[in-house]
Amino acid sequence: MAGETVETDIGEAAAETVEHGADAVHGAAEHGVGGHSPLEQFQIKRLIPIEIGGLDLSFTNSALFMLIAVALITLFLTYSMSSRALVPGRLQSMAELSYEFIANMIRENVGTEGRRYFPFIFTLFMFILFGNLLGMIPYSFTYTSHIIVTFAMAAVVFVGVTVIGFARHGAKFLKLFVPSGVPVFLLPLLVVIEVLSYLTRPISLSVRLFANMMAGHTMLKVFAGFVVALGFLAGWAPLAFIVALTGLEIGIAVLQAYVFTILTCIYLNDAIHLHH
Amino acid sequence: MEPEAAKLIGAGLATIALAGPGVGIGTIFGNYIAGALRNPAAAPQVFGNVLLGFALTEAIALFALVIAMLQLFAF
Repeated sequence: MAGETVETDIGEAAAETVEHGADAVHGAAEHGVGGHSPLEQFQIKRLIPIEIGGLDLSFTNSALFMLIAVALITLFLTYSMSSRALVPGRLQSMAELSYEFIANMIRENVGTEGRRYFPFIFTLFMFILFGNLLGMIPYSFTYTSHIIVTFAMAAVVFVGVTVIGFARHGAKFLKLFVPSGVPVFLLPLLVVIEVLSYLTRPISLSVRLFANMMAGHTMLKVFAGFVVALGFLAGWAPLAFIVALTGLEIGIAVLQAYVFTILTCIYLNDAIHLHH
Repeated sequence: MEPEAAKLIGAGLATIALAGPGVGIGTIFGNYIAGALRNPAAAPQVFGNVLLGFALTEAIALFALVIAMLQLFAF
């Protein structure tokens, strides 16, 4: 009797493991207290179902917010620079400041050869920044809180930087993994460590952004649940905490965009100038 | 042991890893404050590195959170 129950439990667990992934979020989303779980906000909803040749290419809420972010960035940059004043007004200043910020970051971290990668790094920074900030609007969707989105960006950075390294230096790019001034008997171990730490770069880059965004929004949702649960008398305490936490989350949104971008510049510097 | 109980215990154990980044972040900002009190003029120009160090250390804490989430929801 007990053995039977154990087997069905294991069978159920196995079946669940097989359909993890999107279903995990879906299952987790329904497993909260009193109906709405804090993970429900991360569910991908198909807004316009499109299926082409068996592939699900629906227009999702994630795609919608990516479009909104791109439209906002384009509008902001084109409209604010349309006045072309020599002495910039407020809006033009903001656009010029964001340009200067990234240009300085590249000049400091990569040097003058990094100039040609400015459009990519600027796009990366603005996309992540606007994505993170759009997520702070109530009832919106944070597309950077999904590992597949951040992993796609980190993979592009990793593959791009590796290709740039090999294109510039050929096979000598592998000298990156041999730090200078190391005693010979330590070299085999050190090279393995260096290669492993190089290969974990896309993982750490993507998980850092994804986990920050997901953890922040989940915490906000959990405390919001406390506000409702505690009601009118005691609900103001978690509410004050949520206000402070929202301010912190906006700071983290900007900080994570900055950190992703500056790490990209540092990795680019490693690939272009082969010394740590 | 039921899988559900094992998941919860595993997730709880994973949060022990948060001690490391706690010490790390405290070290970063403590050293920044100590340095800024010695040399206030140089403080603003190093603040960028402080934020970078903070974000990198925070990432380790979030790796532990990801493992806890994996245990609760993906297995």
